[in-house]
Amino acid sequence: MSAVLPGAREAAAAAAGALAPALPPAPPAPRRAPGGGGAWTGVIVATLAVTALAPLLNLVVPAGSAFHLGDYALALTGKIMCYAICALAMDLIWGYTGILSLGHGLFFALGGYAMGMYLMRQIGRDGNYQSDLPDFMVFLDWKALPWHWALSDSFAATLLLVVAAPGLLAFVFGYFAFRSRIKGVYFSIITQALTFAAMLLFFRNETGFGGNNGFTDFKRLLGIPIAQPSTRMVLFVLTGLVLIGFFVFARWLVASKFGRVLQAIRDAESRVMFCGYEPVAYKLAIWTLSAVMCGIAGALYVPQVGIINPGEMSPAASIEIAIWAAVGGRGTLVGPIVGAFFVNFAKSWFTQAFPEFWLYFLGALFIAVTLFLPNGIVGLLRRAGGLSALLRRVRGGRA
Amino acid sequence: MTPELMQAGAEARARAAARSADSGYAGGRTVSYGRRVEPGVVDLAHGRILYLEDITVSFDGFRALNKLSLDIAAGELRCIIGPNGAGKTTMMDVITGKTRPDAGSAWFGSTVDLLRLRESEVARAGIGRKFQKPSVFERLTVFENLELALQADRRARAAVAARLSLDQRERIDAVLRRIHLAGEAQRLAGLLSHGQKQWLEIGMLLMQDPQLLLLDEPVAGMTDEETERTAELFRSLQGAHSLVVVEHDMKFIEALTADDPGKKVTVLHEGSVLAEGSLAAVQANEKVVEVYLGR
Repeated sequence: MSAVLPGAREAAAAAAGALAPALPPAPPAPRRAPGGGGAWTGVIVATLAVTALAPLLNLVVPAGSAFHLGDYALALTGKIMCYAICALAMDLIWGYTGILSLGHGLFFALGGYAMGMYLMRQIGRDGNYQSDLPDFMVFLDWKALPWHWALSDSFAATLLLVVAAPGLLAFVFGYFAFRSRIKGVYFSIITQALTFAAMLLFFRNETGFGGNNGFTDFKRLLGIPIAQPSTRMVLFVLTGLVLIGFFVFARWLVASKFGRVLQAIRDAESRVMFCGYEPVAYKLAIWTLSAVMCGIAGALYVPQVGIINPGEMSPAASIEIAIWAAVGGRGTLVGPIVGAFFVNFAKSWFTQAFPEFWLYFLGALFIAVTLFLPNGIVGLLRRAGGLSALLRRVRGGRA
Repeated sequence: MTPELMQAGAEARARAAARSADSGYAGGRTVSYGRRVEPGVVDLAHGRILYLEDITVSFDGFRALNKLSLDIAAGELRCIIGPNGAGKTTMMDVITGKTRPDAGSAWFGSTVDLLRLRESEVARAGIGRKFQKPSVFERLTVFENLELALQADRRARAAVAARLSLDQRERIDAVLRRIHLAGEAQRLAGLLSHGQKQWLEIGMLLMQDPQLLLLDEPVAGMTDEETERTAELFRSLQGAHSLVVVEHDMKFIEALTADDPGKKVTVLHEGSVLAEGSLAAVQANEKVVEVYLGR
């Protein structure tokens, strides 16, 4: 236990560091998620932190220094940035369009599995059985690659698959669900069932995805050793840039007329129809986009964490994504990112300090947020910001 | 030829003769055969913007509409009254594609079959609807509510890159002034009073600029002054637009028909038309009095 605790302290320090750039000051108008210049300052600070500060503190500053960023904290932050992409995707579909998905973990896992297949093939003959086939296939006494591994040798095809697999599944599922006008809690339950069914499917050895062990023991990415510090740093920087890029893109999208139609669907869908819009097209577009974002997050997650298994498809994993978004503040874009960082740093600390109480804490947190903070952490900060502005005005008025 | 068929034929001829008396001429053209169907243009050659014929809707055995037949002339302002459960809202649901009838036909102009269209297609064809309960986009501003109702390409791809032109801005400003919400343009619609929300929804209809407006209890929850202004607004719309107003408030009906005492009012009861005629005639009708006062 004591050996792990310093890591937790580093994590907390990294939390403070990583949270600061992710938290732009509350914009003056409380209603608009895309605020004024504050958010842009946040984006620039976050970009600098990810591309310059983190590599500097991790690779250049010596390990003994107080400013050194430990490998554990770096890995944890990188992992959480992947989660934050999922939370951002959840905000687009839930916070802005009012569709609660409890199956986003599936899209995350599909992206992860697509990348995992490539990483398994990159192991080559260095596995335990020194075979051309991945170890689990040798163990199952398979003689050749199954058909769905056909593209796994090509990195370009893998990148395509990372986008196409979750995107296509989301498109087909969404098309039928939205066309049949399945809404609200029914939609949530079906997405939950979908990810659960997929989990059971991936648990089976015959499916060809490594069964309950999934994929692990990765050795190389593009021929470069995956565990060496520079590779890890590149993955970290890439993840950070993808997160920031998606954030900027999402801000642009919700500020467009397309984004306003999404919010209109959330507020009064029948009015949207009687205005002449076809909500199915809008919902399908944002739903598929959201799934693709999760898939990309999964593909970035797997090489950093070094494992992917059907556990990522468990209903609880998908529900957690929704909790991050709710805790941070729905419909704010920055909120879910903050929520993902907050909940996951809390989780990594809690599961080390009081391992048996983590789920109770998570449940209590969710209830507390639902009861007292309908707009999440960001809503609270904005209210505090609004209050201080009000106080300043009152004082100014007196003076 | 059975006597029944001959009888039916004679009746049909008599109906046709009666109809041509008031609808032979419309829109600057006389009725003729061989007109072209122009997409996007409502065919008003017969002088009727809406025909409902023998519409029947049942919910679990309960007949919400029972062989309802109704037609609205182009440019007409028609008031529809009736006790609760008479089928007024169901009728609007049928016209706008929300409910599919078990039997009957519904036409917009002479060429658009409403029963084949989805809600959004009905709206794009030129029918606007105001709900009984005000339905606006609560977490968007008043201005944005109107912007979304503005006539434009409704497809998702077009919406991503859509920008408001100067003309469109001016149009929104004009409607804002017309619905007396110019000072509230940047407020969230959810923060408006009930009457203001009703006005905003009417404003969204104006932005859509539909040829036919269906208004379900548009003045519910409005003050007397607001009600009077609404009546004025609707009277100014008739002619260029056709309006169907469903209302309980008799004072409002009186205000709507004030400019023309002969204006038609329709009374619905148990899913079909009970009486039709001027307000005075309808109010004097014994059947109507019976339905409203109870037996």
